[in-house]
Amino acid sequence: MALKLADYRTHVFNDWCPGCGNFGILASLQMALADLELQPSRVAIFSGIGCHGKTPHFVNAYGIHTLHGRVLPFATGAKLANPELEVIVHGGDGDGLGIGAAHFVNTGRRNMDMTYIIHDNGVYGLTKGQASPTLKLGVKTKALPKPNINEGINPVTLALVTGYTFIARSYCYDVVHLKETIKKAIKHKGMALVVVQQWCPTYNDINTKEWYNGEDRIDPATGKPVPRLYRLEETGYDGIVHNPDETIPKTLAALAKAYEWGDRIPIGVFYQNEFVSTYQERISQRIADYPGYPPAKQVIADEHGKPVTGIRKLLDELKVTG
Amino acid sequence: MGDDFIWMAGGPQGSGVDTSANIFARACCYGGLHVYGKREYSSNIKGMHSYFQIRVSPKEIGAIVDRVNLLCTFDAESVVRHAWEVAPGGGIICDTEVLGTKISGIPSLPSPFFEEFNKTLDEKGIHPETVGDLLSEVKKSNVRIYAVPYLELLKEIGKEIGEEQLSKITRMINVLTLGVSFGIVNYEQKYVDKAINMIFGKKPKIISMNLLALNKAYDYARKNFKDAGFDLKSVETNEERIFLQGTQAVALGKLAGGCRIQTYYPITPAADESEYLEEKQVFEPEGNMPAGAIIVMQTEDEIAAITMATGAALTGVRSATSTSGPGFSLMAEGLGWAGINEVPVVINYYQRGAPSTGLPTRHGQDDLRFAIHASHGEFPRIVLCSGDIEECFYDAARAFNYAEHYQTPVIHLIDKALANSNKSYKMFDPGRVRIDRGQLLTAADISGKTYQRFEFTDSGISPRLPIGTPGAIFWYTGDEHNESGHITEEPMMRTRMVAKRMKKLETADREIPVEERVNFFGDEDASVTVVSWGSPKGAILEAMDMLRKDGQKINFLQVRIPHPLPKDYIEKVLNKAAKKIAIEGNYSGQLAGIIREKTGIPMDYFILKWNGRPMSADEIYKALLLITQDKAQTRQVLTGGS
Ligand SMILES: Cc1ncc(C[n+]2csc(CCOP(=O)(O)OP(=O)(O)O)c2C)c(N)n1
Ligand code: SF4
Ligand SMILES: [Mg+2]
Repeated sequence: MALKLADYRTHVFNDWCPGCGNFGILASLQMALADLELQPSRVAIFSGIGCHGKTPHFVNAYGIHTLHGRVLPFATGAKLANPELEVIVHGGDGDGLGIGAAHFVNTGRRNMDMTYIIHDNGVYGLTKGQASPTLKLGVKTKALPKPNINEGINPVTLALVTGYTFIARSYCYDVVHLKETIKKAIKHKGMALVVVQQWCPTYNDINTKEWYNGEDRIDPATGKPVPRLYRLEETGYDGIVHNPDETIPKTLAALAKAYEWGDRIPIGVFYQNEFVSTYQERISQRIADYPGYPPAKQVIADEHGKPVTGIRKLLDELKVTG
Repeated sequence: MGDDFIWMAGGPQGSGVDTSANIFARACCYGGLHVYGKREYSSNIKGMHSYFQIRVSPKEIGAIVDRVNLLCTFDAESVVRHAWEVAPGGGIICDTEVLGTKISGIPSLPSPFFEEFNKTLDEKGIHPETVGDLLSEVKKSNVRIYAVPYLELLKEIGKEIGEEQLSKITRMINVLTLGVSFGIVNYEQKYVDKAINMIFGKKPKIISMNLLALNKAYDYARKNFKDAGFDLKSVETNEERIFLQGTQAVALGKLAGGCRIQTYYPITPAADESEYLEEKQVFEPEGNMPAGAIIVMQTEDEIAAITMATGAALTGVRSATSTSGPGFSLMAEGLGWAGINEVPVVINYYQRGAPSTGLPTRHGQDDLRFAIHASHGEFPRIVLCSGDIEECFYDAARAFNYAEHYQTPVIHLIDKALANSNKSYKMFDPGRVRIDRGQLLTAADISGKTYQRFEFTDSGISPRLPIGTPGAIFWYTGDEHNESGHITEEPMMRTRMVAKRMKKLETADREIPVEERVNFFGDEDASVTVVSWGSPKGAILEAMDMLRKDGQKINFLQVRIPHPLPKDYIEKVLNKAAKKIAIEGNYSGQLAGIIREKTGIPMDYFILKWNGRPMSADEIYKALLLITQDKAQTRQVLTGGS
């Protein structure tokens, strides 16, 4: 029986604020899963703590709502033990780039075959609107007593220098673009990052729907707003590494694009490189049976509870008499 | 010389103390002797003092004692630090060069050392200026001094092997002094050769070089120190024995127990375990099963280590992480997530001197209460403490059974003394390991049924299904949740869920047999009862033997599972004792406090030690003796060890 969008929904009451950008992200995710017809029981959706963290509860797939900042290692452990799982990680900008920044960096260099979606709303939504690590210097969102005193982290540039092999940006309101981007990320072989520009109508009164739409920038010729977001693909930009020699030039080109912000914000795939070995491949080089007989599938005892791990050789190595 | 013989090698870190001790110990093992080795090192890579004490006996031994029979020194500092530890009739091997060294001029000796050292000298009324002066004083208590011209001998050896470079040949000081040691005790050379071959493994050039150096030094000692008065004799044995350190025993137990994912962030003394596991990652097939392998992941920090192991455990794999105090402190929040989500994850926790960085390479037993209480909130956990290296093996395997059966984190407490001690044992029996996976379901078990991960049951244990299993969907969350794993803040559900989880601790308390939770040694009807946990076990047992020889009756309750505490059993034993004594490697008597909390029974005496060194059989014996003679203070603080 073909899987339908409804098969990926739960009956859990959704308590996000009206107009929250998370709704678009959730819908795009469910559409992507349905398009790819991924069996819900093969999918594991992990999330951190924050408004975004509730995402798995709304998706009919195995859902794991973890700790603030720690979602990546939780997900890594599961993927490592059972590589057959389709692991999708949802994180907040505070979650992944503040408290969890060490994991953001180190997950990149492992290049596990997973998808990581950051809900970038510029604020700590669930704790009532403090500045998140992506909020730019000097910006004062609604709940801040004073303008932001720190410079913002750019997750795209950070990902480029920490080993992510698929790096894209999308927008919570453009559900088709986001859905397609998530699908690309899922299909990508390696660690994929999708940064989603997300509105938080309750606390981020700067990067609003109207701001992204460019409603403050009316084109005198057409009398219409000039949107801030533009699609990389439409400019002829190609971030895909087609042969290993392109790795550095494409990284540099992507970095240049990643620095664009303000009046022109690119969305789409900045960089993709499938020539880098995945963690799974690296493990398989050491453990030939890993793909077919991963940790989660290994039999450890016979029916009487007798261990089946052959440690006799190891004990023999320690032998001194007899 | 009695039954046992104690050899000690001391020198700067990085100068091969460990290698020479390893060779010494192995050579003794090969000759059928039993060995117990204690390694002491500082938090430094090169230069600071380290030493290795090897106790050898025809009988099995489980502890150190405060005595050295033959001290083998690489440098002046080692002579100064350990000279007084040599027992009458013993000997000290040193370089002729160091005799003229001024004691006050040894740069690596810190001022607190001199405070103690000068006190000893004042008591003895002596004032040695040089190492030679000191040795002359030591000689008066019937200790022989074997001064050997290290450099001269090494140069001769260098010539023979065609190596003139000084820095290369001085690297062989350890083998040189080893050769002198074996020559003095007149030990059979074939065992020493075998040990050298084993330690230097696949490097024939290095083997032949070292063998040459060793034999030369051996002959030198035989020729010059004939009248040594020691004879270390091999003994016949058919017993199959292994020689290993605590971290290896834990690693092997985990493998036998089916651990397939291990995460860790490097920390002393836990990291040895993970490195060993990684090296031995792929196993031999057993029977007609495929081989299998463990994945060892070095993480970015301990927070990642615990959360990654937990994420892995959700898929049904047995997973663990291994750390010591600073790492476990970071794991607290992750531990709570595993607790509220009922995840079987094992933490092998190697205690060391604490708090904070504390004594990073030294022994301590300060973390029992922390292991029991770490993380906010209330959730069940099981804490398991090994008392010796063999227990480390079986406990490491068993920890997973508790974790899976009760679906909750298990903390396996070990300590530095166990981690870094070496001991010979009768071959372990992997056949004794049993695997109990608890209520672990498969797709077939739930087919046609609605499955809820946190279903309410009488025991508190809900049948568990790995994520990814076809035919079901459920959720995990660190928020309070309902039976299917969705967030809830409803007061009734909260009340029931907390109680359900805590129920598992009661179930564990009821189900785990007392034999797995305590060891009882000694005379049932003794009026003196010692209560302890962890590595003091070996020293306590030896001290009890000494007391028995004095005609004292005594028994010893070793607590192996302090949480949940087998309180009825402990109460029964303690109620029979007129003198109740807690022996612990911490300041406050943590186990004693827990026992008092759970049973209302206070201890009468405390023997405590927190100076970073393990307890010796002698110091426990002396402390217990004072108690039996009614001459002891309530608290006796042990300070032995250098
Ligand atoms: C260790 C820890 N510290 C603090 C918190 C409180 N906390 C909950 S959500 C949150 C911030 C969430 O911000 P973000 O990750 O951007 O997610 P959003 O709510 O914006 O989706 C914080 C600080 C926590 N849950 N855990
Ligand atoms: S606070 Fe912001 S991010 Fe959170 S639910 Fe409300 S709108 Fe969404
Ligand atoms: Mg946020």
